[in-house]
Amino acid sequence: MNRAISVTVNGKTRKHEVEPRLLLVHYLREVLNLTGTHVGCDTSQCGACTVIMNDMAVKSCTILAVQADGSKVLTIEGLAQDGQLHPIQEGFWEEHGLQCGFCTPGMIMQALQMLQRNPKPTDAEIRHGLEGNLCRCTGYHNIVKAIQYAAKKMARK
Amino acid sequence: MATATKLFGSSIKRREDPRFITGKGIYTDDVKLPGTTCAAFVRSPHAHARIKSVNVVKAKASPGVVAVFTGRDLANAKVGGLPCGWLLPGIKLPPHPALAVETVRYVGDAVAVVIAESAFAAKDAVEKVEIQYEVLPAVTNGLSAVEKGAPTLHSVAPGNICFTWSIGDKEKTEGAFRGATVVKQHLVNQRLIPNAMEPRASLASYEPVTGDLTLWVTSQNPHVHRLLMAAFVLGIPEHKMRVIAPDVGGGFGSKIFVYPEEVVVTWASKQLGRPVKWTAERRESYMTDAHGRDHITDAEMAFSKDGKIIGLRVKTHANLGAYLSTFAPLIPTYLYGTLLSGLYAIPAIYCEVVGVFTNTTPVDAYRGAGRPEATYVLERLVDLGARALKTDPAEIRRKNFIPADKFPYQTPVALAYDSGNYGPALDRALSMADYRKLRADQERLRREGRYLGIGFSTYIEACGPAPSQVAGALGAQAGLWESAHVRVHPTGKVTIYTGSHSHGQGHETTFTQIGADELGIPWEDVELVHGDTAAIPFGMGSYGSRSTAVGGSAIVMSLNKIKEKGRKIAAHLLEAAEGDVVFEDGKFFVRGAPSRAKTFQEVALMAYLAHNLPPGLEPGLEATSFFDPPNFTFPFGTHIAVAEVDPETGQVKILRYVAVDDVGRVVNPMIVDGMVHGGIAQGVAQALWESGVYDSSGQLLTGTMMDYALPKADQLPFFETDRTETPSPVNPLGVKGAGETGTIASTAAVANAVMDALAPLGVSHIDLPLTPDRIWRAIRGAKKGGRA
Repeated sequence: MNRAISVTVNGKTRKHEVEPRLLLVHYLREVLNLTGTHVGCDTSQCGACTVIMNDMAVKSCTILAVQADGSKVLTIEGLAQDGQLHPIQEGFWEEHGLQCGFCTPGMIMQALQMLQRNPKPTDAEIRHGLEGNLCRCTGYHNIVKAIQYAAKKMARK
Repeated sequence: MATATKLFGSSIKRREDPRFITGKGIYTDDVKLPGTTCAAFVRSPHAHARIKSVNVVKAKASPGVVAVFTGRDLANAKVGGLPCGWLLPGIKLPPHPALAVETVRYVGDAVAVVIAESAFAAKDAVEKVEIQYEVLPAVTNGLSAVEKGAPTLHSVAPGNICFTWSIGDKEKTEGAFRGATVVKQHLVNQRLIPNAMEPRASLASYEPVTGDLTLWVTSQNPHVHRLLMAAFVLGIPEHKMRVIAPDVGGGFGSKIFVYPEEVVVTWASKQLGRPVKWTAERRESYMTDAHGRDHITDAEMAFSKDGKIIGLRVKTHANLGAYLSTFAPLIPTYLYGTLLSGLYAIPAIYCEVVGVFTNTTPVDAYRGAGRPEATYVLERLVDLGARALKTDPAEIRRKNFIPADKFPYQTPVALAYDSGNYGPALDRALSMADYRKLRADQERLRREGRYLGIGFSTYIEACGPAPSQVAGALGAQAGLWESAHVRVHPTGKVTIYTGSHSHGQGHETTFTQIGADELGIPWEDVELVHGDTAAIPFGMGSYGSRSTAVGGSAIVMSLNKIKEKGRKIAAHLLEAAEGDVVFEDGKFFVRGAPSRAKTFQEVALMAYLAHNLPPGLEPGLEATSFFDPPNFTFPFGTHIAVAEVDPETGQVKILRYVAVDDVGRVVNPMIVDGMVHGGIAQGVAQALWESGVYDSSGQLLTGTMMDYALPKADQLPFFETDRTETPSPVNPLGVKGAGETGTIASTAAVANAVMDALAPLGVSHIDLPLTPDRIWRAIRGAKKGGRA
């Protein structure tokens, strides 16, 4: 039996009837066509599906769409404002924080929450904060640098 | 040449990044077609079993189901088995049906497919397919499988032996061991599971009216996929099939191969006249992506009294899994045995490899592919030799390096190294690491009961296997050249079409750097197209660190043809002799009279206007080239790992990692550094954490990211990288491969660092991965006086 949900995604309120077993990530990808949020595992390890829900980074493969009813969701597609990259996006570009790009949206969304909670993280704090996000290409070296770049840029604002 | 200009060698930011950082990349699973059905596979829960019956009645009646197909359906439709692309003399080639018909041979072997209106409906119906199995005994270990009485997987391969292969001079090598100082070691190079972050996926769409078939697939080589599927499996006319590998989220080898799933969805789309999509769940990736490594080796190295390596003898059992994956026979043979000379002048080497079938996921190329295995054998033995001879591990390496004046150098194992100068990379790494201070620190810490280790890996890699004629003689069922087409548009903008494929390597940036430099036009005026067989010339794709050396060189060849034709047109327009016209910085001009010039754009326009061309010259300005290099390229370098081992817990911490690589000339240093970082991380992970483990019944115990230890950010240090530069003479760019060096070198460096740390405790070797448990046991064993 489908359930009606209303979710504000990237500032727009969306209303749909969904299967109760539909995951938030599949709601975003299949129903809203927001394919920037990726699925990399079935067990909530990889973090490729990380989005911000009600100001908290969540793995959208671990949340049912019906649980997101009434909430605010920010995905990678909603991060840049008026064509301006967010400093974290800029950091990933400047510091070569991505190669294949598949983990990148999740990394960026995780970094967003990390920097909101700790605007001046140490390298070790960044590495610890990425515990739930896997990257197979970069060895994390440039991802840490990308987040430091963003932290510095955001501090200047 | 590109040498004098500004883009070659500069770390410009990647052109592909804006789409990835905004969520606008298009990976296979992101492609949406109207009317798409979803496929889900029914997989064997047993490692080895006879299929007694398959009942699909309930599954077909399940809501939303469009069709259910079994192995029998495919066989009846004459769908061919999956082909093997590298044949060794005497190799046994068992059939590999896309869906098992009579027997399943590993956990995850596909038995049937359900196609439904939604992924949910398909997965629901998978549960309703009823299969009766007669479970058979299974074998998973490469040594056990060749023992008498082991269960046989394939009747064509008695004793589970797929091939026996050797290289080198056996008698000469035996002679070298007589009277020498010998170190021996039994080495396990454990099975790895690739784990590209994007799971494999395929979407096939057949259009009955035109007969056109399009397949979007996570592929490192779309033309190879098309050729093998069209010619050998499905019998589709090659020109009616289009394969698109869009954005691909990492490959590391695992997306080279033709897999059952893409064959089945393609065939099913034709049956149903509707698009069919399949995307792997991660557990399916663990079960079915071709695994890597899995060697069991006995190796011994002979030294002269003065510390020279005089002989090397290696016997390896290579676990190939249940079936031959596309390039499986190549990896433990020509990409392994031929690398056993490393950077060293070793007069006699003999290597024997037995390729073995087991009830496990097929094994094929995984980042490094054979070369990390060779490096591990060699570098562990050199370290054991240094210990036996009480020599410094850096110095024993230096002493045995092939001298810089001996190139080209013919090894005893087939390869001819074209160029190399190994000392400077070692020197640079020692100085970056501050080696003397490290040794002093080690001494001091040991007195405090702390165990610091310094590990070396001086490695060589052979990449861009070539030339095609030689590859063919060695068993390749394909050529190993690369193609490029360059199209100059009337406005002087340029599109480059490459047969290489980028799945993280950044070709859209580096290949356009090459193009813009050669033509002296702005970088923004050059576009790269790759990954679509309808757009690009037939190409071989990306693996074996070949893209820039082979694919980039094909681009240079086409650019040269463009410049030659441009020169003809310019000479005509300038009323000058062709030989007097020079092309520099985007201008054709008369030598000695730079003001008599036509810009590249003016010449391009005239090529298409064709109002005033030299007599007999065709209009248009485009060129296609195929580059077949005369040899491999041979990157090399020195890596140094510094690790501390906690003797109470067995925990290893990597404190520093220094990598000095020589990958020839470098187009974009930022991109090369990035690939080196990622490669190191994968190799470190093999040394310390990753291992694909089966239980004795053939169940994959490491089948999810919860059980298989992928490296995380807080387990790795920042990497300290630098380069020496010995240009490769075998291609016009002077470049070598750079994508696998890190993985090839780092496993041995870390293993050697840990063994160096444990030396005072009497431990000389522990098999990978060096988990706390294994280290703790080894320390305890050594304390008791037992063998480590």
